[in-house]
Amino acid sequence: MAVPSVAVQPRPSTLSRLAESRNTLGLGFMLPAAALLLVFLTYPLGLGIWLGFTDTRIGRPGIFIGAENYEYLWSDSVFWLSVFNTLLYTVSASILKFVLGLWLALILNEKLPFKSFFRAVVLLPWVVPTVLSAIAFWWIYDSQFSILSWALQQMGLIDHRINFLGDPTNARASVIAANVWRGIPFVAITLLAGLQTIPQSLYEAATLDGASRWQLFRHVTLPLLTPIIAITMTFSVLFTFTDFQLIYVLTRGGPVNATHLMATLSFQRGIAGGQLGEGAAIAVAMIPFLLAAILFSYFGLQRRRWQQGGGD
Amino acid sequence: MTAIKEVERLDTDEGGMGYLQSLPRRVVTVYLPLLVFLIVLLFPFYWMTITAVKPNVEMTDYVNYNPFWVVHPTLEHIRYLLFETSYPGWLLNTVIISTAATFLSLAAAVLAAYAIERLRFSGARQVGLAVFLAYLVPPSILFIPLSVMVFNLGLYDTPFALILTYPTFLIPFCTWLLMGYFRSIPFELEECALIDGASRWQILTKIVLPLSVPGLISAGIFAFTLSWNEFIYALTFIQSSEKKTVPVGVLTELVRSDVYEWGALMAGALIGSLPVVVLYSFFVEHYVSSMTGAVKE
Repeated sequence: MAVPSVAVQPRPSTLSRLAESRNTLGLGFMLPAAALLLVFLTYPLGLGIWLGFTDTRIGRPGIFIGAENYEYLWSDSVFWLSVFNTLLYTVSASILKFVLGLWLALILNEKLPFKSFFRAVVLLPWVVPTVLSAIAFWWIYDSQFSILSWALQQMGLIDHRINFLGDPTNARASVIAANVWRGIPFVAITLLAGLQTIPQSLYEAATLDGASRWQLFRHVTLPLLTPIIAITMTFSVLFTFTDFQLIYVLTRGGPVNATHLMATLSFQRGIAGGQLGEGAAIAVAMIPFLLAAILFSYFGLQRRRWQQGGGD
Repeated sequence: MTAIKEVERLDTDEGGMGYLQSLPRRVVTVYLPLLVFLIVLLFPFYWMTITAVKPNVEMTDYVNYNPFWVVHPTLEHIRYLLFETSYPGWLLNTVIISTAATFLSLAAAVLAAYAIERLRFSGARQVGLAVFLAYLVPPSILFIPLSVMVFNLGLYDTPFALILTYPTFLIPFCTWLLMGYFRSIPFELEECALIDGASRWQILTKIVLPLSVPGLISAGIFAFTLSWNEFIYALTFIQSSEKKTVPVGVLTELVRSDVYEWGALMAGALIGSLPVVVLYSFFVEHYVSSMTGAVKE
């Protein structure tokens, strides 16, 4: 009885020692990344939630005031306008980005001369710093010297200049257009990557069965592309929802708060206005929406594993 | 790697049924929409360029000059930008900050990705998921608490405020990308080295890293581009004019109260975009394939 236990003893101990060294080594290797992320990401996230419950201002540490910031925001029409704007901006820009991006991906998936050149050129709007391309849009949308107004006037389509950024409806449409312009390449190139993983044989089989082009798209392309669409669009929605740069450059929330997003309002109240507590509360109010998007992404990934036949 | 190869293979025989379409039909369904897409996507760059070299007289006179073209190109705006503003300093700041943040993040991400993917310490999966979730935390909800921290740490208005905060979005991204890359390196290579008595550190530096140079390059380019483009932290944490980065400097310093120096602004936007565009054009194939690779993970 005693003999086997002696013989077995060394093995678990070496194994556990190995596991231990793996763990210590793993810990050591994780340390730089973990330290940076814990200090500059996790801690600020908690600090932001705490700040939302205080009346901190720039240069003056605040005290705990409970949900006062949130109560104030609840009755603040500008805040609700920014929520509405954010949802409008996110939904319409995302739908447009998806439709146009998928269309561009399908075009680029065709047999084309200079394909890799087109693929590279199409990515440009996504590579260039958003602020700098937004400045170009600012000039394109200029109230006096807008090239768009001029071109439309020359074509005889309009008789007076369009006030792109001065009118609430136009301003909303203009910032959405600029956002879509910048977002199409990302959607198109990721969906193109997805399209290229679909085997040609499926299309050939479907064609032999007499499927039309629309049926090919609807019953072969779309189902196989769904997982990548889910992930791409989650990212797209997430980044559109938290967008700041474009609005800050083009309108700074104006005219009359018509284009204020939650992020820009948070900046205006928190940094420009100095009410850090209130700004943080606005930022925290974005978290539920982001969580919804992340959960959506999570279930998108799950579905994908299931489609690939993976167990977990 | 295999995924990328597969894409290339499929690349060559895709559109295999293209012959079923007649040419006029292809013109309408493919070439015409593609042309429209290209014009719309590239027009702002054209407009930026043409404005940057246009004399002020032509810029505001649409009656006598066609705005789509420039009659007497001038380098005046670019000269003004480079010699009469702090623009060269902003460029230098951006280069320094982006490079430092990129290297810091890459070093941390290589170690983290190797630990998660290959050391497989207990809880590695959960840590991997946490890293992915960290990427989903947007700067827009972090900048207010971070500004408080940056101020309390005495980093306000120094480049370190940006060098230390950029890794919060660079590390998760690079780690995620490198994890996928490390996964493609065969385990057997490491096992051989382990049997030969190599330490984990030697395996990482002598075997894994040399094999993952393409992955490191794409992660580096991504990280550099992301830091170059960053705006909200740079806007919030830096105050002095001469310490600003290009995107913030162009927007806040070149725009004066009511007179817009459109030529200089466009020149600033153009020159500020060039480095990332040049960098990207050198490595465009890496870029596209690693992006598609990252998607397929």
